[in-house]
Amino acid sequence: MAKHETPMLDQLESGPWPSFVSDIKQEIAHRKANPNNVELQIPAEVPEDILGVLELSFKHGRTHWKHGGIVGVFGYGGGVIGRYCDQPEMFPGVAHFHTIRVNQPAGKFYSTEFLRKLCDLWEFRGSGITNMHGSTGDIVFLGTHTKQLEEIFFELTHNLNQDLGGSGSNLRTPSDCIGQARCEYACYDTQALCHALTNEYQDELHRPAFPYKFKFKFDGCPNCCVASIARADMSFVGTWRDDIKIDQEAVKAYIGGEIAPNAGAHSGRDWGPFDIQKEVIGLCPTGCMWMEGDKLMIDNRECTRCMHCINVMPRALRIGDDRGLSILVGAKAPILDGAQMGSLLVPFIKAEDPYDEIKEVIEKVWDWWMEEGKNRERLGELIKRQGFQRLLEMTEIEPTPQHVKEPRSNPYIFWKEEEVEGGWQRDVNKFREDHKR
Amino acid sequence: MDEVEARKTIVATLEGKKGKSKFYLKDFYAMFPEEKPRTIKNIVNKMVGEGTLEYWSSGSTTLIGLKGVGKQAGAEHED
Ligand code: HEM
Ligand code: HEM
Ligand code: SF4
Ligand code: SF4
Repeated sequence: MAKHETPMLDQLESGPWPSFVSDIKQEIAHRKANPNNVELQIPAEVPEDILGVLELSFKHGRTHWKHGGIVGVFGYGGGVIGRYCDQPEMFPGVAHFHTIRVNQPAGKFYSTEFLRKLCDLWEFRGSGITNMHGSTGDIVFLGTHTKQLEEIFFELTHNLNQDLGGSGSNLRTPSDCIGQARCEYACYDTQALCHALTNEYQDELHRPAFPYKFKFKFDGCPNCCVASIARADMSFVGTWRDDIKIDQEAVKAYIGGEIAPNAGAHSGRDWGPFDIQKEVIGLCPTGCMWMEGDKLMIDNRECTRCMHCINVMPRALRIGDDRGLSILVGAKAPILDGAQMGSLLVPFIKAEDPYDEIKEVIEKVWDWWMEEGKNRERLGELIKRQGFQRLLEMTEIEPTPQHVKEPRSNPYIFWKEEEVEGGWQRDVNKFREDHKR
Repeated sequence: MDEVEARKTIVATLEGKKGKSKFYLKDFYAMFPEEKPRTIKNIVNKMVGEGTLEYWSSGSTTLIGLKGVGKQAGAEHED
């Protein structure tokens, strides 16, 4: 017999998707049975009370959680998110339900042994419920009591070689795609850069430094598997400067149906024979591809490196050899202001250890935002408020055509008085002598 | 800037603000308009480490106040 009746949550289990309700019920059964005789440090009933409080919230159409608190571990201003339930008598298991963000390894590579250790620790000192992974990228430990925090922190840092992630007005846990470890599209080593910057900016990661949160995300190519362009204040997207490499024999093999397009994906139904005109050339967003006889041609000056043609014909087309990354800034979800995608700041920069050029851009951006940003104002909002031109001045980056999305849609470049012959004060009448109205 | 003086200014300013116990980092910058934000940030974080100040976090935003002033974890009956 369940501790709380949860008819609305039970109904959610009937849908086609894997259900978190079923997952939590599984944990309830596991904590009750406790087959390994773990000395649970917080009550066994925590997962039952999670379902209970959520059912009540559905019933009331209101939340029963309170936000925020002083909880944390010593010396850290982030990584722990305090949460309390406003019905502690009804749901004692979740009266105190603090979340811990654990800095996921670059590329999210784990050994099963490490995962087991994490789970054992969390079963022992927490709710047993995790979120792998939060949208920040972190391993998220959901729900424990204040007294457990230092113990968990000690165990993580001393025995699991594992640090906490960021929260609050800190640098957030940097996160990256799997990159060169498994992906031939990777234009730089995302894991190396993610790891290097995580180490470089430890102080910003663990102690509040900014007007609000700040996120770095690293994508090895414009496919953007970690969606950096939509989610990071600063996105590092791999790209190349020279030409897409074409294997004309392989192009013929795709046309002849010998190689499956899209590396065999979308093959659940019969789309008919591969049509390079319709599926590749016709979908190129810049219209820079054409056939000359049976040869595929690309005008690389026009190509925006969107990845479409390479994704469809990976054996025929490959990323170029002169590789690096583009830096985009200002993406954010809608909290104070609407959602925003990143704007291109640095079209191309080499990604080579020790990444000094990249760090220089980062620090100039931070100096500006720390000085000018209002409380709870994200970088993207500051760029909108003071203008992209101001950002270029502060980062000492020359305006280039790549900064313009399309003519007339983002005209952020304005003349300044000193750049105009005669300034704002010239003699209009004299001008009118030569230029009639 | 003299760090000892800066600490005194911070404590005195916060004690002077009646009815408010949690502050944004920017409020600290405003106490020292001549200084680089980074310098002040480092002093504030040091004062938290030493136990003079403490953080309060909503999860997405961090506020800072004098340790023990205002609403505390104890108010949630966790002890
Ligand atoms: C209307 C209600 C809520 C709003 C508007 C809200 C908003 C947010 C936002 C904006 C974040 C991202 C924070 C950041 O990284 O800057 C966040 C994260 C989080 N919130 Fe809430 N939240 C709500 C309710 C809750 C509730 C009820 C709980 C739990 C009892 C909760 C627990 C968390 C946790 C654990 C995270 C971190 C998750 C992760 O790192 O992946 N939130 N919330
Ligand atoms: C109707 C119920 C729920 C639905 C439909 C739901 C759905 C989702 C979805 C779609 C995400 C985004 C996943 C991602 O992109 O990373 C998410 C994130 C999350 N969920 Fe739930 N969830 C539900 C209930 C809960 C409950 C009961 C908890 C905690 C006990 C919870 C904790 C979280 C947390 C911590 C995150 C990560 C927040 C973040 O992205 O920062 N969710 N949920
Ligand atoms: S973003 Fe690009 S490089 Fe990274 S995993 Fe995805 S396809 Fe590969
Ligand atoms: S990468 Fe995109 S823009 Fe470039 S040639 Fe291929 S389809 Fe066209």
